[in-house]
Amino acid sequence: MTASTPTAPPAPPARRFRASTFEPVSFFCTGLTGLATFLILAILALILGNIFLQGGAGLSPRFMFGNADKDMFDVASAGVWPMVFGTAARVILMTLFVIPIGVTTASYLTEYAPALSPFTRIIRGAVNNLAGVPSIVFGLFGLGFFISAVGGTLDVFLYPDSPKPVWGKAALIWASLTLAVMTLPVVIVATEESLRAIPLGLREASLALGATKLQTVLRVVLPQALPGILTGGILAVSRAAGEVAPILFTGAAYYMASLPQSLTDQFMDLAYHVFVLSTQSPDIEKTRPILYGTVVVLLLLTFALNLVAILIRARVRRNLRRLA
Amino acid sequence: MGLHRGHRARPLEWLAEKIILLISLTAILVVFLIFLFVGREAWPVVIGATNSSLAQEYQEIIPPEDFARVPPARLRQYLGLTRQQFEQMDEETLKDLMALRIEAKAQMPDDPDAELNTTEWRYLLGPHQWTGYDRPAYIWQPVSQIHKYNLVPLFIGSLKTTFVALLFAVPLAIAAALYVSQLAPPRAREWLKPGIELLSGIPSVVLGFFALIVMASFFQALFGYPSRLNAFVAGLALGLAVIPVVFSIAEDALTSVPRSYTEAALALGSTRWQAAWQIVLPAALPGVFAATVLGFGRAIGETMVVLMASGNASIVSGNLFDSTRTLTATIAAELAETVVGGHHYRVLFLLGALLFAVTFISNLVGDLVIHRLKGQLEGKR
Amino acid sequence: MVAPLLSPLARVTPPDAASPATPHGHPPLIEVDRLSLYYGAARALHDISFAIPERLVTAFIGPSGCGKSTLLRCFNRMNDLIDNVRLEGSVRIGGEDIYARDIDVIELRKRVGMVFQRSNPFPKTIFDNIAYALRLQGFRRKSEIADIVEQSLHQAALWDEVKDRLHASALGLSGGQQQRLCIARAIAIKPDILLMDEPASALDPLATAKIEDLILDLKRQFTIVIVTHNMQQAARISDATAFFYLGELIEHDATGKIFTNPARKQTEDYVTGRFG
Repeated sequence: MTASTPTAPPAPPARRFRASTFEPVSFFCTGLTGLATFLILAILALILGNIFLQGGAGLSPRFMFGNADKDMFDVASAGVWPMVFGTAARVILMTLFVIPIGVTTASYLTEYAPALSPFTRIIRGAVNNLAGVPSIVFGLFGLGFFISAVGGTLDVFLYPDSPKPVWGKAALIWASLTLAVMTLPVVIVATEESLRAIPLGLREASLALGATKLQTVLRVVLPQALPGILTGGILAVSRAAGEVAPILFTGAAYYMASLPQSLTDQFMDLAYHVFVLSTQSPDIEKTRPILYGTVVVLLLLTFALNLVAILIRARVRRNLRRLA
Repeated sequence: MGLHRGHRARPLEWLAEKIILLISLTAILVVFLIFLFVGREAWPVVIGATNSSLAQEYQEIIPPEDFARVPPARLRQYLGLTRQQFEQMDEETLKDLMALRIEAKAQMPDDPDAELNTTEWRYLLGPHQWTGYDRPAYIWQPVSQIHKYNLVPLFIGSLKTTFVALLFAVPLAIAAALYVSQLAPPRAREWLKPGIELLSGIPSVVLGFFALIVMASFFQALFGYPSRLNAFVAGLALGLAVIPVVFSIAEDALTSVPRSYTEAALALGSTRWQAAWQIVLPAALPGVFAATVLGFGRAIGETMVVLMASGNASIVSGNLFDSTRTLTATIAAELAETVVGGHHYRVLFLLGALLFAVTFISNLVGDLVIHRLKGQLEGKR
Repeated sequence: MVAPLLSPLARVTPPDAASPATPHGHPPLIEVDRLSLYYGAARALHDISFAIPERLVTAFIGPSGCGKSTLLRCFNRMNDLIDNVRLEGSVRIGGEDIYARDIDVIELRKRVGMVFQRSNPFPKTIFDNIAYALRLQGFRRKSEIADIVEQSLHQAALWDEVKDRLHASALGLSGGQQQRLCIARAIAIKPDILLMDEPASALDPLATAKIEDLILDLKRQFTIVIVTHNMQQAARISDATAFFYLGELIEHDATGKIFTNPARKQTEDYVTGRFG
């Protein structure tokens, strides 16, 4: 063992760790970013606090379930039931379209599609792109495609004699379809994420038992991915419920005397009503209670849903990380 | 062993796979259809096939006596009515309108501008010396007697609000992303991230409402500018819509930087901040850039916030405290009033097509950058 | 010799009965005293006490999961980065308890360098990878930085291979070169101790041989602690060897003794390849 020879060069003097290395720049910058984070959360709290403090008091069963048939600007009598009904109708109808298509697409992308083919990349590109299209453009699309092209064509074939358009006008069904198109990426992304979180071993186990790919997807993979699909659906509903721009021309009505009776009727809408109350009110100070009340109802609907979705998603992601 | 040789036909499986493939094409189809159907309505303006010249409009006269002889569709077009309006009118009203038309013809403004086709590109983009103005101006005034369709005020409006929004949102969101992904104690991260993402759950109409009812008065009292609703207030509210977008993407990019980089820096004796700022942030820079680009797309495409909080005056001005009108708000506010297929309708679709193109490009750039970044970081491992 | 005068370590740590003797009689630099480490409720290290001699190569061997990497990471407190880690006992380096409340972790890590299992150069140029470490130390003069970069690359036996592309991305180097760059980066700031966590496990035999030569060369200046699963490697390059099993230190002695005449049956079984 030559290393133990006494001729080893002298040791460098020991350096101590206690020397003060307080880094003012690091400390300051870390504080600054923390402050930014805090500021964002504070603004969020401020908005929610303002809305719920001012609007929470006005919530009553009469407001929630009352009609607006006398005068929707009348603080004493106005209720938001027709709007709640309209919003619920359009988002429920929307999920019927968007969930099957979104889940199928996500299954294709994770289970079937060859990972690196240009074709798969085009689908992904389209999904990403769709997520970034401005909502007002969806409104234009709904008008140009669903109402004029699809609705107009239906009228020509189904009701050639009708003087009034039946399908070729703003309607519940077209608003829902427009929103379905808009929320498609939300469902696809959430579902894909949860599909990826499922361990490969589970699929292999199923295939090793002689199950076909379809059986594996339907019986093993999708049931496991249910929380993710649920999250996608909830996020889509929450996003759609708050959107106004896409339904401005495709179905929302300023005022209607009765609830929508069929798919081709227009509807009153909660989010649109917030816009109407904010901008068309004859006396904004007087109608403030119903305005705040309506906002609270809308927020309860969208925000509560969002919170649930975020919590489920955080859990899915944690599982994903544990697997990685 | 009697192992079955050859493939067993599974027609159901085959069919299902084809159907799955077909359905997953929906996304592509939809993007294509948006392109097609928004573009289709705007196309005549693009190629100069629309004409807003009043001379042309009033050239033809149908006297009220001919009411019965003209087909309804033709009459509707002649009177410039929407289908709904047309249906709600009885014969008398329509005849009155036809008579009014003749009067209007007689009173047709003795203005050289009335002869112009204002939907030509030079009027859409260039300044014009309108009658009664001192100098050439950019004017958007589609419902005046002479339809002025200059897009420049709207571009400026959109850019102004977007500028304010990004100036406010991007530094804040990226700083927060850096804190949450690199500096915060892990336990705090668990709730900070969903907390900030919660902001994206507030509908834009509610942000618009908040800007209109609360923020506008607050900031006017604070700064004392004359117009209560302006690009500044709209931009701040818009920033609230942009923050979660930028934050999510930037946080994701920062988190996907391999932990080994951070470990190496810390093992060399750097502080957490030095590791985050000097190593992680540069490695994730393309992702942060993409976040900004996608934030831009979100800001320029947002409708309700700016419709409610910007004041909607189409003024050409660099002042952030002037009332302003954006592309999106213009479409939302005016489309319902237009005649389907008319020039105003088509110009609004042109705005929509432009918006679609801008966001399409910014999304494409953003996605490509993120894709490459992830490839680099993952390929490296 | 002036060595005793220049070595305040000896004075900081009076040889007391509690501090175990090191093989070869070299003064101890790292002293581990009754160290236990828990991940949540699970105990990963079990009551470990021993001392690591100065300016020798000490190898940690043992089957995977035996806690050798975890122990290594205790020496520069990288375990602090993991949630739910709890420590009992003490680790002293040069007589200082590095887990004492007033110890500056940043300062500690500047004195205790580390090379990781997988090479982890920053996505910067070769030059900047090393210059980064120097700038952290407060070096500002360009010529000085360039000198030390060259010197470190020489020391890491990498200079001849990269001198023409110092400003190319470090990610373009081969695996072995990347690892030597990481070593150059770690030694550029002249730490007292160099921790190496299986530095050659991801490399081919040729690159491994280069790293081993490098280690033998470096031990003249640094105290090196290396974790390895390769017993030949431990035998070739280390002066002292510690064998761990299931979070416990089974045996710690001069390398020659561990491999030829171990005191414990378990050690013998492991080094002769009967388990592990």
